[in-house]
Amino acid sequence: MEQFLQQASTYAADIDWLFWLITAIVGFWFFVAQGVFFGFLIKYRRKPGEKAGYVEGKSKEEKKWITIPHFLIILCDIVILVGAVKVWNRVKLDMPPADATIRVQARQWAWIFQHPGPDGKLDTSDDIRTTDELHLLNNTTYHFELTAKDVLHSFSIPVFRLKQDAVPGRTIRGWFKTQAVGEFDIQCAEMCGIGHGLMAAKLFIEREDAHASWMSTAPRAGTNPPLLASK
Amino acid sequence: MSATTFQRPIATTRSVTGISTGKLAVWWILASEVVIFGGLLVYFMLMRLHHGAIWMAESQHTRMEAGAINTFVLLTSSLFAVLAHQAAESGDGKKAAKFLWYTIGGAIMFLCVKAWEWTGEISHGYVLTKNIFWGCYYCITGLHGVHVVAGAIIMGFVAKDAARGKDLQRVECIGIYWHFVDIIWLFLFPLFYTSTAG
Amino acid sequence: MEATTSAPSAESHDSHGHHQEQSFVSKYLLSTDHKVIGMQYMFTGLAMAIIGGLLAYVFRMQLAYPGEPVPGYGVVTPNVYNSLVTMHGTIMIFWVAMPVLIAAFGNFLIPLMIGCDDMVFPRINRLSYQVFLLSTIILLASFFVPGGAFGGAWTSYPPLSAFPEYNLTPLGAPLWVVAVSLEFIAFLLGGINFITTLMNSRAKGMGMFDIPLVCWMIIIASILFMLSVGPLIAGAVLLLFDQTIGTHFYDANAGGDPLVWQHLFWFFGHPEVYVVLLPAMGIVADIIPVFARKKFFGYKLALFTVFGTGILSFVVWAHHQFVSGIDPRMSNLFTVTTLLISIPIAELCFLYIATLYRGSIEFSVPMLWALSFVASFLMGGVTGIHLGASGADIFFHDTYFVVAHFHYTFFPIAIIGVYAGITYWYPKIFGRHMNETVNKIHFWTTFIPFNLIFLPLFLLGLAGQHRRIYDFTNFPQLSGENLQHLRIVATTSLIIMLIAQIPFIINFFWSMFNGKKAEKNPWKANTLEWTVDSPPPHGNWPELPAVYRGPYEYSVPGRKDDYWPQNEPAK
Repeated sequence: MEQFLQQASTYAADIDWLFWLITAIVGFWFFVAQGVFFGFLIKYRRKPGEKAGYVEGKSKEEKKWITIPHFLIILCDIVILVGAVKVWNRVKLDMPPADATIRVQARQWAWIFQHPGPDGKLDTSDDIRTTDELHLLNNTTYHFELTAKDVLHSFSIPVFRLKQDAVPGRTIRGWFKTQAVGEFDIQCAEMCGIGHGLMAAKLFIEREDAHASWMSTAPRAGTNPPLLASK
Repeated sequence: MSATTFQRPIATTRSVTGISTGKLAVWWILASEVVIFGGLLVYFMLMRLHHGAIWMAESQHTRMEAGAINTFVLLTSSLFAVLAHQAAESGDGKKAAKFLWYTIGGAIMFLCVKAWEWTGEISHGYVLTKNIFWGCYYCITGLHGVHVVAGAIIMGFVAKDAARGKDLQRVECIGIYWHFVDIIWLFLFPLFYTSTAG
Repeated sequence: MEATTSAPSAESHDSHGHHQEQSFVSKYLLSTDHKVIGMQYMFTGLAMAIIGGLLAYVFRMQLAYPGEPVPGYGVVTPNVYNSLVTMHGTIMIFWVAMPVLIAAFGNFLIPLMIGCDDMVFPRINRLSYQVFLLSTIILLASFFVPGGAFGGAWTSYPPLSAFPEYNLTPLGAPLWVVAVSLEFIAFLLGGINFITTLMNSRAKGMGMFDIPLVCWMIIIASILFMLSVGPLIAGAVLLLFDQTIGTHFYDANAGGDPLVWQHLFWFFGHPEVYVVLLPAMGIVADIIPVFARKKFFGYKLALFTVFGTGILSFVVWAHHQFVSGIDPRMSNLFTVTTLLISIPIAELCFLYIATLYRGSIEFSVPMLWALSFVASFLMGGVTGIHLGASGADIFFHDTYFVVAHFHYTFFPIAIIGVYAGITYWYPKIFGRHMNETVNKIHFWTTFIPFNLIFLPLFLLGLAGQHRRIYDFTNFPQLSGENLQHLRIVATTSLIIMLIAQIPFIINFFWSMFNGKKAEKNPWKANTLEWTVDSPPPHGNWPELPAVYRGPYEYSVPGRKDDYWPQNEPAK
């Protein structure tokens, strides 16, 4: 998938790898099945004077053509499963130690972000609050704390290959590590009303200097209420 | 609603499985009803697990005496349904109809007790929208009540026919349905009425 | 208000010429005859298919040419777009796939294929259609109420769907819930008829393994439906209360839980896809042997795969919820069960392919449709693996990859399967043949554009394009030139495909009155429906048949004919 989208997080390559693993395995079976299928259509098309055979599919000899692929497919499924679980655990269960934590609140129809500011700690006076703009430092591990204010939304950053639904009343945690500088799209990935198609936000992954310069001029959270879910 | 010109097809009279068509159908209906009530009950149990405090507090305000009376009433009415079936088996349509009317009487008593219960609770402000406990309570007991009403109405038609000696096989079928309505109540009663913390 | 049916209740009917004259109303509108009821469902379902297709036309035009007025409709605003996609999905699944595949074909075929004269509860059968018709009217009415039709996606997740201040369709949302619930009730009523009829009313001599596969499939689908829809009915009642009387079952801020809806919905939603898949596969399973002149390969094995799929379908549901906020450890459990369920269905596809081995294949119109089902469904099936693998689904969830996957399964089910069934059984239902040339052209001008609509959508999904977005120009990185080309290709193909249906519709109605008259068994098939007149009279047979063998005895060695009807006594 790298042809379509850059890999801007460290686990994007894992997800892309899993996609190729699955595609290779299912692609093989797809072409084998279609090949046999079309082969039979051509070979056994109706020819005058030729009668069809009588094959019941009851004997072991006949059934082996089904049961052998059946077992091979189970093996392939196991390979895919191992890959899937590994990738899932890396993205969704692991929580490597964070360099910084950000808070994300989805609402109809905007994204509110709270950055820890220059001191690197959330809920201090230098916290930054932005709307529809997320600024991150490159080569940095972040935890995110995600919630929704009203209805279900979903925090999706395609270049990270990340997606996580935001649920009102819950704070859901996750992580990513940035690895590419640039300007990228954030989308909402759960139907949330008439503004769902307008809930775009911008992701800026910056180098040290640009990031520091942004932090010095960015709007402070001030006396705004905290973004966490009411729990 | 005269059925003068409708003729039952031969299909209805066949029985490859040996079980009568009506009985087979009732069991399938019950299977789907079990899943409907099961879904509500699962939701209820999840809410109870998440909101134990609300449950303890609110369940003290359901009337255990009313619940107990209704349990007794329903079980007795089921007994009458069994007696009705016995009568139908021996071909005595009039007797079967009599017992079915007793069962319906039980249903009416159940609904009266429930009406008294709900009136009391609503007048004290325990309404459907008060909190998650009362929402679940009214929903599940209400759905059960709807099934009691529907069952009683159908039972009335079966009784009317049975008294004329017609379609006696339906007495057993409506009886099976009635037992199901009973069993659902036997789940509801402990979950809502006896779960008080004291 | 009673339909007049004058079939005497002995084991054999006297000549069916003795019916009293029935009015149009009692013969066609209030009939309890399974064949008429089947056709009522078919016509309603096909009409809804046209509506569903036109909805797709409108929103795909908006996607291809954002902001431009759509010819025949006008400008598509964001809330209208959401309603269009919501109603398209809702209609296609509940008002097209289910009524045509299960209720129409099931009603028409089951009594005929098992050799009896009607369903066991004809009046409940009629009632089920009436409830279904009511649900249809309510759903269509929701387009015209203030606020418009519901737009919260066919999955109707709360809190969006539960509270009008979020969804802005205060009437459309509850009407949608009521319509869907009534549709469920109609199918519960119908299902009881089907299951009881198949269990109890089979012809003498028809054992369990002599039943045609399409009947088995429809019955198993009905059982799956009945056992899975309950929790959703419960959840729908709760949703309706949240929408209308102020309860908070799904309001996280008041003690409820939005995620419970998702579980209740998908506990039904996943078996539901098999509820629609099985009848379509059944239709294909009954067509391939006829036009390959070959016994179905592995009949019992097929049944085992279907039972296995049915049981497994109850434990995979949360693969629709991998990233929804459920405990992430649960996702690993569900990815295992999900990948497992791909196996029996793949095996069933292999059985179809194996049936072709050493066949004598005629590419009639029904066979073209049946074969294209297999080819297309394979594509849908393998792309399901990408989505069922939890790690990959993190990226693919809610993208066009999902849309392409399920259209590569649903289109074969709801469109290809339906056309296969219609073109195959049309001579029996209407007593006449359709024009074959028109149907062959129709096949190619439907099948090729279908692929050109949905193959591009896979690519859009790989590029991270999300679903239910009415205008991609808000996402400059992702709405690049090349991707917009793909959207235009898909939309243009859809328009071609929709236009291609017109000759079929004309053929369908014209042939009813002007087509070549059909004899009893034009396809030289074995199953019992081909032993009655075309069209079958009320009561089906003057004397109900007995059965002597299974349904797929084609090309039996040593016999002169290459087919052997089930009701022909053994020599």
